[in-house]
Amino acid sequence: MATVIELPLETYKGPVDPDWCPGCGDFGVLRSLQMAAGKLGVQPKDLMVVSGIGCSSNLPGFIHAYGIHSLHGRAVAVATGAHLANTDMKVVMTGGDGDGYGIGIGHFIHAMRRNLDVTYIVMDNQIYGLTTGQASPTTTRGHKTKSTPKGNAEVPLNPVAMAITAGATYVARGFSGEQKQLVELIAGGMAHKGFALIDVYSPCVTYNKINTYPWFKERVYKLEDENWDPSDFSKSLTKSFEWGEKIPLGLIYKSEQTTYEEVEPVLQRGALVKQPLGISKETMAEFIDEMI
Amino acid sequence: MLEVTVGIAGAAGDGLDKSGDTLARAAGRNGLHVYAYNSYQSIIRGGHIWLRLRIGQEKVYNHGDKLTAVIALNQDSIERHAPEVNDGGCIIFNSDKLKCDPSLVKGKNVQLIALPMNEVTKEVVAKHGPIQPIMQNTVAVGAVLGLTQMGIEGAAEVMKDTFSHKGEKVIDLNISLLEAGYEYVKANFKPIAEGWKLTNTRRPFVTGNEAIAMAAAAAGCKFYSAYPMTPASTILHWMANHAEKAGICVKQAEDELSVINMAVGAGIAGVRSMCATAGGGFALMTEAVGMAGIMEVPVVVVEVQRGGPSTGLPTKTEQADLNQVYGASQGEFPRLIVCPRDIPDAYESTVEAFNMADKFQMPALIMSDLLLSEHPETVDREVFRHDVKIDRGEVVTEWPQEKGKYQRFKFTESGISPRAIPGTENTLYVSGTDEHDEESILISDMFTAAPMRRKGMEKRMRKVDNLLKALPAPKLEGPADADVTLVGWGSTYGVIREAAELLTAAGTKTNYLIIKYIAPFHAKEVTEILSKAKKKISVELNFTSQMARHIKAETGISMDAHINKYDGEPFEPADVVNMVKNALAKKPVDLNVSEDDVREIAYHYLRTHYAEKLRPGKMTIEEKNGRGEPTWKVELVERTTGKKEAELVVGVQTGSTYSFEKLS
Repeated sequence: MATVIELPLETYKGPVDPDWCPGCGDFGVLRSLQMAAGKLGVQPKDLMVVSGIGCSSNLPGFIHAYGIHSLHGRAVAVATGAHLANTDMKVVMTGGDGDGYGIGIGHFIHAMRRNLDVTYIVMDNQIYGLTTGQASPTTTRGHKTKSTPKGNAEVPLNPVAMAITAGATYVARGFSGEQKQLVELIAGGMAHKGFALIDVYSPCVTYNKINTYPWFKERVYKLEDENWDPSDFSKSLTKSFEWGEKIPLGLIYKSEQTTYEEVEPVLQRGALVKQPLGISKETMAEFIDEMI
Repeated sequence: MLEVTVGIAGAAGDGLDKSGDTLARAAGRNGLHVYAYNSYQSIIRGGHIWLRLRIGQEKVYNHGDKLTAVIALNQDSIERHAPEVNDGGCIIFNSDKLKCDPSLVKGKNVQLIALPMNEVTKEVVAKHGPIQPIMQNTVAVGAVLGLTQMGIEGAAEVMKDTFSHKGEKVIDLNISLLEAGYEYVKANFKPIAEGWKLTNTRRPFVTGNEAIAMAAAAAGCKFYSAYPMTPASTILHWMANHAEKAGICVKQAEDELSVINMAVGAGIAGVRSMCATAGGGFALMTEAVGMAGIMEVPVVVVEVQRGGPSTGLPTKTEQADLNQVYGASQGEFPRLIVCPRDIPDAYESTVEAFNMADKFQMPALIMSDLLLSEHPETVDREVFRHDVKIDRGEVVTEWPQEKGKYQRFKFTESGISPRAIPGTENTLYVSGTDEHDEESILISDMFTAAPMRRKGMEKRMRKVDNLLKALPAPKLEGPADADVTLVGWGSTYGVIREAAELLTAAGTKTNYLIIKYIAPFHAKEVTEILSKAKKKISVELNFTSQMARHIKAETGISMDAHINKYDGEPFEPADVVNMVKNALAKKPVDLNVSEDDVREIAYHYLRTHYAEKLRPGKMTIEEKNGRGEPTWKVELVERTTGKKEAELVVGVQTGSTYSFEKLS
């Protein structure tokens, strides 16, 4: 294994400071991502951060790396294209629960099924923040929001359980109030060969007055403190449903599976972007002869 | 010009595609020209399939309006197409199973080529054993080759290639079947054509979609994403089958949203990328077209039109998506919308779309339609050049620190900002859907700056003029001093061209203007041409004359008349000629249900309600019937005996089915 030269946090300092509300959980996630990239020694020029639309999706503008700040819900699809086009870059997708689990859920599920070698960090605040406080796919039942004044009638999605069943091979839950662990979880996901989901509780201090820092602090515990073995599919799936009075944080599930890149024939010749363009005279002649 | 049109009719699953393919390839290998059109339905078995091959000594530009020979594979096909056969033509069928009532025939000197299949194939069966019913099609192909005197060698060679993987025995069997049909008609019937000059020029038989896919490969497309949708799916099929050889990563995605977003992502990462879909899929894609616009990302999108709205006519052709493609996505941004007119143009236009997309860093949209994309045609192989021009525009792959700060969206005079490929050192930036400054920092909410937005818009929109200058302006084709100018776009070119020639030959000098670029639009040149034209008539396969409307918006010029068709089937030259004549005579368009129409309506009723036991017989118009409009009375007779069994009443104006009564 090549020696990793760790890079300092400043390496990834973005051109502008984040515009998040003071106290927003996303600050901790940004910092954790920067530290994780540094820990792995990923050069900024080799890092591609892709997001959709939402408060947390503004993240690519706040980190020194290549970035795509795409459409609402489309981060995973755009990242898939960018990643397949240049597999030499490290692709990290960032966004919120509305972006990833609401409008973008189709792409999320299918990307996991493909086991693409990418990392997806979802800053899950259980609310739509940028649009000023409507219910999101992970808003708990009964939660009163601007769009659910009588309390949310719907059952929240369980992204962790969904990821385990859909084919993700690295599924973790973090909390922006537990930054040291979060850095490890993100670095682990980025180093993992295959699709990594890190669902991060990243409290919205402005619009979610229920799932707050203190609310989480009272409930979370770390799986590594209990010598959790993430390799058992059934146990991990069961663990993914533990939520409420006790909420587990850490690497819930991990397995080694073939990635999409390993079976796509054209990628065996290296990154697409570095391959020659066009076809030879002989190849074209062959294509034409098929039709005669 | 020497030409024949061969129709093959049957149910889906009868294998008529293969027969048509053999015939077309045989002609193509002998230097003849073929244009084929398959009028099919979205079902895998059953229904009615109607494949027409127009074969000419010289180039043919459409499937024509003639019918020289019909191969009918079932009784329904005989009934429906026997009346359409032209004078001196023929109807070929297996007389062991099917009958052709001579009263069905309307043309003069039409031969009924009754092939007693068991007898014709007796020797083949004796040598090879029993043959499957589908192989009788090959006998019919042999018969066509005999009757048209095109020779059997080309088809025999096609059989050798088609069955090379199955061994000598199968090849022998198939050639014997061809010969059996060929010899039988030679011995028993009169030829229906003669005088072909066969050459060694071997022309491939290619569809528009194959041409688009091959062009993409030649142009250096590296990433192709798609979601299956007729009539765009065959691009995906070609791509998937040739991905490895062409070096293209082909990705079937979960939906069209994913398709175009992947393609844009790949474009950002620096590869040439393309996706294709039909109108419905494109409706889902539109938001991302604007994303490519504001991010200034090259991406090629193919929109293959089919009958709409909504699911519409999945397997039928139309040109009704111009408004959709032109209006795709919110906001304003430069983009290319190009409409190829035929297969060679589809090849050229695809290559051009990649170059323009790269050069001007924008989405390039190619508009095709079912007819252009799915019909196969013989095309000179030289069209499919491997050494096409690849112009990637201003790309940055190195940026030494001494050069100072890199600005991805630098406000330049040309509007084009050199584009760094991600992975390059010292050129880090964010591709954002929010409005941004030169360095790619958002100016949408956190920092707002009205002048910056203005300059950003102006920078992007400056590309439009330069793009327009890079595109050839449309030209009038045909006689300069014409009385009539036909105006069209896309695949109707082939028919418009021929209709103009026919009209000119009949004394009405006609020329035509085909619009290739919808955006940007050559308003100056089109104004110049149309302001001099005497009578301007738009010819479009839609209801609302979308191109005429677009031209009016761009030039202020109105057409003198509009010709429209929206029944899912392409124009034929005679349709256009007649409609032009009517328009010139200022006759109102006749929208009443004709005898041919009511026959089709009756067939539809029988298929959907009566399991095809009956067929339409005598059809008469009744003026006074208490319905408030004249009605067609259609006698429905028993298929084989001709016994009158039921009656159907259909409105002449509305087309409404008023009644179906079974006679006791």
